[in-house]
Amino acid sequence: MIKDKQNFEDDLKKLQKIVEELSSGSLSLADALKKYEDGIKLSQACSQTLSEAQRKVELLMKKDGKFSLEKFEKAQEEE
Amino acid sequence: MPKENKRIYTVSEITQGIKSLLEEKIGEIWLEGEISNFKAATSGHFYFSLKDNNALIAGAMFAYANKGLKFKIEDGLKVLCFGKIAVFAPRGQYQIIVEKIEPVGAGAQQLALEQLKKKLQAEGLFDLARKRALPAMPFHIGIVTSAAGAAVRDILQILQKGAGGVDLIIRSARVQGEGAYLEIAQAIEDLNAFGKVDLIIVSRGGGSSEDLWSFNEEIVARAIYNSKIPVVSAVGHQINTTLADLAADVYVETPSAAAKLIVDSKNILLAQLADRQHDLFFFIKNILADFENELTAFAHALKSPRDRLLEKQQQLDELFVNLQHQIRHTLQLSLERSSSLISRLSVLNPLAILGRGYSLSTLIKGETILKDFKQLKKGDLVKTILGRGAFISSVQEVIND
Repeated sequence: MIKDKQNFEDDLKKLQKIVEELSSGSLSLADALKKYEDGIKLSQACSQTLSEAQRKVELLMKKDGKFSLEKFEKAQEEE
Repeated sequence: MPKENKRIYTVSEITQGIKSLLEEKIGEIWLEGEISNFKAATSGHFYFSLKDNNALIAGAMFAYANKGLKFKIEDGLKVLCFGKIAVFAPRGQYQIIVEKIEPVGAGAQQLALEQLKKKLQAEGLFDLARKRALPAMPFHIGIVTSAAGAAVRDILQILQKGAGGVDLIIRSARVQGEGAYLEIAQAIEDLNAFGKVDLIIVSRGGGSSEDLWSFNEEIVARAIYNSKIPVVSAVGHQINTTLADLAADVYVETPSAAAKLIVDSKNILLAQLADRQHDLFFFIKNILADFENELTAFAHALKSPRDRLLEKQQQLDELFVNLQHQIRHTLQLSLERSSSLISRLSVLNPLAILGRGYSLSTLIKGETILKDFKQLKKGDLVKTILGRGAFISSVQEVIND
């Protein structure tokens, strides 16, 4: 499952924020531990998203102004 | 003046005659010359002269014909024109009405390109300030190229190895030949209309400069400029950058390089994520160490009040003993003082004197103690208190000592 781009970038931002909050050192112990846990989860999720290998290759077709996607066949490669 | 046998023309007649002669005899021609006195009228028509070393001819190119010209006409430019010779009767002037015009000589096409480049530059199509940052990680990439071309194959291959999670949507377009530029521009617009891509790669593999010419077309540069989605231009293996390259947010030299850009983004992000994880670990370690230190400090702080309490207790005990001692002492003193007072008091008791033979007399009437003979007269009743008991007597005589 490929994550939505928006989610991914949001997660990156959240992760950055957590790191900054932790570095500020002004959190309670419980908050700090919670942030740490959240941060690790986010970074793992992001890494996993990047390392996914499920890819779709499709052709965008247009007929009467309407778009549709077709599977891209390797046979179409000739050159 | 002999008039008979001589044909007399009006100005209009002779002009018409010349007009017919020129327009029929010469008609449509190709003419090469250098532009001078160039003027673009507000009507959109162009007026100029064409000259060589020895002669000059007036020229006009009407708006319908000069519309969509791919280069700018300017004085000194050598051109090849196609048009017809015509006579402008009101001024008795012959001129060439130009239908087609193109620059002449080496680099004519290059000149047209340079001029177009200048024009688009002036419009801001190539401004660095408007170049958009590519998404941190484009998970959905639109590719404008020929679906049958080498560019697609190169991109697929590299992404397969390096960034297997990226979805590709190919909008196929012919990338060379007549009208290819229209397909390329349309495909960019289509991907924008379709919308579900984070990035568009406009690409074709290497080829001759003629093969790549579509990417120098104004309409392609504009389609890239107008794209709402960031565009990477990757037009193969050429030394000069195309207008598509200049209008794109980022350009690279080959389709493979475009794919590598994506793989690099991914690897950079992975490295950054590893760094963030390291940061998280580092900071939480620090925080835990800080809390541990604080805790130890608290433990120390907690021990000392207990000590203080014991100390106070001891102090209290001592004070209590002191107090008891003091009280006892004070009591003792008071006792001693009171007994001495008592004995002193008993000495001072007037009645005690009576025991030693003194007596005390008072008048019965008024119970006044008698100290002076003047207090008495004969016959008064007097009570006299003795050491033991008392008696009552009456005064016989008052004696003045």
